[in-house]
Amino acid sequence: MTRGTQHGHGSRRTPDAVRCDRLTYAFGDSRAVDGLDLAVRDGEVFGLLGPNGAGRTTAIRCITTLLPVPAGRVAVFGHDAAHDRMAARRLLGYVPQQLSADAHLTGRENVTLFARVFDVPRRERAERVALMHRGRVRALGTPAALRRGLAERHGNDALPTLEDVFRDVAGSGLDDQSGDFRDVRSTRRTARRLG
Amino acid sequence: MSEAPAAPPGASADPAHGARDRADDHGIGLLLRPPEPRSGRRLVPARIAAMCAVELQKLRHDRTELYTRAVQPALWLLVFGQTFTRIRAIPTGGIPYIDYLAPGIIAQSAMFIAIFYGIHIIGERDAGVLDKLLVTPTPRSALITGKAFAAGVKSVIQAVVVVVIAAVLGVALTWNPLKLLGVAAIVVLGSAFFSCLSMTIAGIVLSRDRLMGFGQAITMPLFFASNALYPVSVMPGWLQAVSRVNPLSYEVEALRGLLLGTPARLPLDSGVLVVAAALGIAAASSLLGRLAR
Repeated sequence: MTRGTQHGHGSRRTPDAVRCDRLTYAFGDSRAVDGLDLAVRDGEVFGLLGPNGAGRTTAIRCITTLLPVPAGRVAVFGHDAAHDRMAARRLLGYVPQQLSADAHLTGRENVTLFARVFDVPRRERAERVALMHRGRVRALGTPAALRRGLAERHGNDALPTLEDVFRDVAGSGLDDQSGDFRDVRSTRRTARRLG
Repeated sequence: MSEAPAAPPGASADPAHGARDRADDHGIGLLLRPPEPRSGRRLVPARIAAMCAVELQKLRHDRTELYTRAVQPALWLLVFGQTFTRIRAIPTGGIPYIDYLAPGIIAQSAMFIAIFYGIHIIGERDAGVLDKLLVTPTPRSALITGKAFAAGVKSVIQAVVVVVIAAVLGVALTWNPLKLLGVAAIVVLGSAFFSCLSMTIAGIVLSRDRLMGFGQAITMPLFFASNALYPVSVMPGWLQAVSRVNPLSYEVEALRGLLLGTPARLPLDSGVLVVAAALGIAAASSLLGRLAR
C-alpha cells in the first residue's frame, strides 16, 4: 500500500513533487482557486505569490490534503491527494502560518510526537530529536519566539522524510528582518543536498 | 537520553550501503535518512499509542485540572449524599442512599469532564496544531481515540477520588481488584463515548462558544434522565424511555453492580458502552476534517 521508501533521493525518474491539474476549489459561491495548473519538480524551491485573496492558502490546503479535492487534480510525488492520501501525507511537511507548536508540551515533546507519527523507530528518536535541538534551539529567544521557531523549524525538520516543505507564508512577513529568509536559504541548501 | 541498545541500525539495508549508513547515523546524515514506514496493519495501533502517549504528557504537565475537578464530586457526596441519606425518600433497594449515589457520582463527574472535551480539539484547531497533525500520516480515528483515551484517564483519576471519599464516609464498596479494574474499564468506555459525542458536536458547530452552549444544554438532561440519582423505576414512563437509550444509565448500572454488588446486566451494560464508544469514535473521526476547512 504505502510505498514511501522507494523515493530514493538521487534517482532520476521521480515524478513531480507537486502537480495540480485544473485544480478548482469553491467555498459556497466563491471560487477561491479556479483552474490552477502547477508542476513543481523534485528538488525545486517554489514560491507561490499573489495578492490577498488570490487563493494561495486554499491551494496549499488542497495540496496538503486538508481540503477535499476530486481524484486526479492534485498529486504529491505521484500520490493522488484524493485516493492515496496517507502516502501523500508521508511526504509532506506542512508549517501553517499561525504559531503551531502545542503549548501544552515541551519543545522536545512536540518534536518527538512528529518523529513518532512519521514512524521514526524508538531507538533513533532521541538522537534525531537531540540533533535538532543542538543545531537550532539555542538560536531562539523568548518563549513566544521559541514557540514560533519550533513550529517553523521542527515542523519541517522533524519530518526526516522531508521531500516537500510547504510554508504557508501568506501574511507572515517573509522578509530579511524577520529571519524567515534564512530559513528559505537553509531549506534550499537542504533541497540541494537531497539532490 | 540513551535508549536501550537495539539491533544495529543498518540490519535490513543491503551490505554495500551498510557502512555509509552507520557513519551517517551519528550526524546530520541521520536526519536525511527517511524512516521505514509502518505497514498498514501496524500503523493504526502505533498511531493510537503515539496519540495516547502525548495526551498523557499533557496531563503530566498540568495537573491543576485534576485537583479542581475533584471538588464537585466531593460536594455531591458530602452535601447532597449525606443530606439525602437522612431523608430516605428514594427507594434504593435496602442500601444507604450515599452508597447508592457514589457510583452515580463517578459516572456523572466523568461525563461532566468528557462532555466538554471537544473544546480541546477546537483549541488545537485554533492553535494550528490540528492542521499539522492532519497533514501527517495519522488516521483521524487515531487522533480521536487518543483524545477519548485521555478523557478516560482523567475520569479514572476522578473515580479514584470518589471511591476514596466514599470509603472515608463509610460506604461499603468492593475492594476486589478485578472488580475495580472493571470499574476503570467501564469509566474509560463511558468517558470515551461522551468525549466523542462532544468532539462530534465540535465537528458540527465548529466554534468554542456554540460547543459550550450545546454542552450545557445536554449535560443536565443526560444526568437527570439516568439512574445516577434515583432508580429508573420511579421515573415517569417517558423518562424511562429516555433513560433506556442513555448510555449513562448503562454506565451507572455497571458501576453499581461492580462496586456494590447490586443487580446489573454486566454483559449488556458493557456491550452498550463498547458499541456507543465505537460509534462515537467513528462519528467524531468522520467530522474531524470539517474543523480544518
